[in-house]
Amino acid sequence: MSAASTPLLELEGVSKRFGPVQALDRVDFAVNAGEVVGLVGDNGAGKSTLVKAIAGIHSADRGTIRFEGSEVSISRPQDATELGIATVYQDLALCDNLDVVANLFLGRELVSSGLGVASRQLDEVRMEHETADLLSNLAVTIPSLRSEVGTLSGGQRQQVAVARSLLGEPKVVLLDEPTAALGVPQTKQVLALIRRLRERELGVVVISHNLADMFQVADRIFVLRLGRSAGEFAASETTEEQVIGAITGVGEGHEKREQQPEEEGG
Amino acid sequence: MSATETATADEGTGRTSTTAQTLRRLVQGDLASVRVVLGLAVIWIIFQSQEDRFLSAQNLTNLMLQITAIGLISVGIVYVLLLGEIDLSVGAVSGLSAAVMAVLSVKHGWSPYLAIAAAICVGATIGFIQGSLFSRFVVPSFVVTLAGLLAWQGALLQVLGGTGSLNINDPKITGLANTFYSDTVGWIFAAVIIAAYGGVLALGYRRRVAAGLDDSNPLPLVIRFVFLAAVVIVAVAVLNSDRGVPLAVMILLAFVVGMEFVVKRTGFGRHVFAVGGNAEAARRAGIRVNRVRVAVFTIAGSMAAIGGIMAASRLFAVNQNSGGNELLLLAIAGPVIAGTSLFGGRGSVWTALLGALVIGSISNGMDLLSLSSAVKYMVTGGVLLLAVLVDAIARQQRQTSGRV
Repeated sequence: MSAASTPLLELEGVSKRFGPVQALDRVDFAVNAGEVVGLVGDNGAGKSTLVKAIAGIHSADRGTIRFEGSEVSISRPQDATELGIATVYQDLALCDNLDVVANLFLGRELVSSGLGVASRQLDEVRMEHETADLLSNLAVTIPSLRSEVGTLSGGQRQQVAVARSLLGEPKVVLLDEPTAALGVPQTKQVLALIRRLRERELGVVVISHNLADMFQVADRIFVLRLGRSAGEFAASETTEEQVIGAITGVGEGHEKREQQPEEEGG
Repeated sequence: MSATETATADEGTGRTSTTAQTLRRLVQGDLASVRVVLGLAVIWIIFQSQEDRFLSAQNLTNLMLQITAIGLISVGIVYVLLLGEIDLSVGAVSGLSAAVMAVLSVKHGWSPYLAIAAAICVGATIGFIQGSLFSRFVVPSFVVTLAGLLAWQGALLQVLGGTGSLNINDPKITGLANTFYSDTVGWIFAAVIIAAYGGVLALGYRRRVAAGLDDSNPLPLVIRFVFLAAVVIVAVAVLNSDRGVPLAVMILLAFVVGMEFVVKRTGFGRHVFAVGGNAEAARRAGIRVNRVRVAVFTIAGSMAAIGGIMAASRLFAVNQNSGGNELLLLAIAGPVIAGTSLFGGRGSVWTALLGALVIGSISNGMDLLSLSSAVKYMVTGGVLLLAVLVDAIARQQRQTSGRV
């Protein structure tokens, strides 16, 4: 498989320090097209920092990032977007007072082509049409595309946020705690959506605290502990105990308490 | 049970649910305005029962002239409210702009068009400065515009100079609020408005059906159309039986329609709603939040100037009280009464017109009944409080029922 030989996104020896805290220490990480990688670890393990380094929020101090085999520098969020890396943050960043269509196209509204005043007019019909197409492709069901996002359930909001990230035709999607604070049926919907992202040959990185969810959806589980890589497991050949062991460091025999990073988790 | 029977049953429920959905959409979208129209009807009935001149053609024409200035200022206020901000300076800005126009026209002999343009520029510039200060230094808009309220009131006194009052004699300027069209022209206006509204509704509906988005019946649109047509026809008939359709009303309508178009149908308008709903989300979506804010305050300043010009035209003068008294509070209260949220992100420019009608009717009716200022202030205050409470309750209900 060529995908296996050249990962879509590859990080090598990435380090990030916040003052005295070594948040990331020489981390190697990769995600292939059509693969879901679960990123797990305790609070402060560096999950968020790793995602922020990829998304261009905090650029890495050291290390190389390769995208589709060529080395790139990501120092601003726009860099990541231009490469084709989309991020869905935990707080979703949706406007509750706008409807689903308006949220999906926020900041990149379609304008109808015409003469005079009409040319400056929003093309609501086309936007609604494309929204309906995209959501039905993803098998996302929302009662009405014209209902305000604030009236939707948590799972529906999460799905709208994920769908929005796909409008820019990204190749890699980073999801920060997509199932946190969701009920069982809603979690199932979101996990199904993540599987459909994989079917679209996207590289998907999912941060989660919930190992059960990870085992359901991830192909590979990547464990961070105290800013370092603490193991990589194929989800089908691993037990939850092994992953928990890697997360907590039990059985490794070399605790490094003096290096506990203070960086916030999640 | 045969398979066909189940299928038709399913289709049947699907159909009812879409019909129910469109009905719900109609009711939800227009619920606030329906509430206000009913409230307005109650107010009119009460005043009419106390004083039969209230609903006379002459008084209703006066009412329309009285609300023009306040309605125009409210148009700008709606934009500010949609951002979730407030502009306390619009009253003072309207007075100052009108004074600038009067001084340029009367003392310096400028052409009326240039004087009017200069006045609007003054309002726009003030709005731009206040908006920039607010967004650049992240000072609450409340404080920036409160400082503006005081400063521009001082500037008004300065511009007017020793006499403290200036009579306007240019017929072009005084004509703005004192021109009435003949019956024929009035009916032509009515026909054009109704035809344009019907055309917009029909075109929009056909596009949606062609794109396969709306299989629902066009009944809600027909209801809207009939309602608007009836209002326009009755309004023109009433105005024609007095002095005719005033130019001032057409100016107010033009701004309401134009600014409603901008806020509902353009990308800029969508961004105003987004910033008012969730500024951080708007920023992350790539919207230049501060630019939107400055633009909105510039619009508010410009609309204040335009309202001030209309007020001066109606009064034939600018004086130290121009833009003062309760003008500011009423211009803010109007849209809020009519359903534009103080918390940002919800509302429409129509509420500027509706709110001005409600407030104008109360004030006009109490004048007809020769009630004392004491009563007038208390009643107006009570109405405003009621409107804000309704807004807050609606918001709480959205929050409790909204999310799972």
